[in-house]
Amino acid sequence: MKILKIFIILILSIGFSNLKSDEKNDELKNKILKNIRCLICQGQSVHDSESEFSSSIKLIVDRKINEKLKEEQIYEFLREKYGDWIIYEPKLNKNTYILWLLPLLLFLIGGAIIYKKNNIQK
Amino acid sequence: MKNKFSVFVIIIFLSFCFVIFYKGLNNPNTYSPKIKDKKNIPIFEAKDFNSGSYLNSEKIFEEDIFYIVNIWASWCVPCRTEHPLLMKLNKNQSVKLIGLNYKDNLSNAKKFIDEFGNPYSQIIIDNDGTLSVEFGAYGVPETFIIDKNKKIIKKFLGPINKEIVEEIKLITK
Repeated sequence: MKILKIFIILILSIGFSNLKSDEKNDELKNKILKNIRCLICQGQSVHDSESEFSSSIKLIVDRKINEKLKEEQIYEFLREKYGDWIIYEPKLNKNTYILWLLPLLLFLIGGAIIYKKNNIQK
Repeated sequence: MKNKFSVFVIIIFLSFCFVIFYKGLNNPNTYSPKIKDKKNIPIFEAKDFNSGSYLNSEKIFEEDIFYIVNIWASWCVPCRTEHPLLMKLNKNQSVKLIGLNYKDNLSNAKKFIDEFGNPYSQIIIDNDGTLSVEFGAYGVPETFIIDKNKKIIKKFLGPINKEIVEEIKLITK
């Protein structure tokens, strides 16, 4: 009887852990698909699009996740095939550094102006 | 003095915005991926259109010649317009045409080939479109030139025309 109980608990825990890993994979898949641009219907992400291209990309992402590739490796695979533009979040490189650094620069300039004004008022 | 400086900064800022928007509006609003570097052909296994057996990419591209990979489907209207040009290209001895049948119904695809002729040395099947993604394609028709080192050196989006055929002939000479 005791052995049977242990066996049932073991089976259930294996089942739950599989469910959990499936859930994790689905979450990761959705996250990745929302960050990929559909190149056919360019205003939509692959996640929201039903185009032929998007359905193929969904299959590829699914396959890559099952092959245990990490999120960044999947983006890299797609970048290699289609260029940086396919990913919504651009990578920091010589073409995008202004995009990344400009908000920080504006924030610093704004901060400096406010600091200076406050000092003058005092 | 301070006022003049502010006006100057505003003018510079507005000119900057104008240039950015003017350039942006002149750019085409659709993106087409470009081939920056020569890429290796993907390693894959695909079903043969005629025999139904599985072939690997090494076997398909085994000869030391140029290959043209053409993605086509029987439901694709532009594929019909480019088909006679592919038939002409097939006469070129220095290249081998590989057809990649994209998300198609096999009997419709066979009817298409029977009706318009078969320009391909080999046709492989891409039922779910994932093989096309491996090639970096996103639509149909698309045509790729693969050099003797098994690298993709050029790709053409959409149906090929006479100018493209001449370009292909020039590259593969």
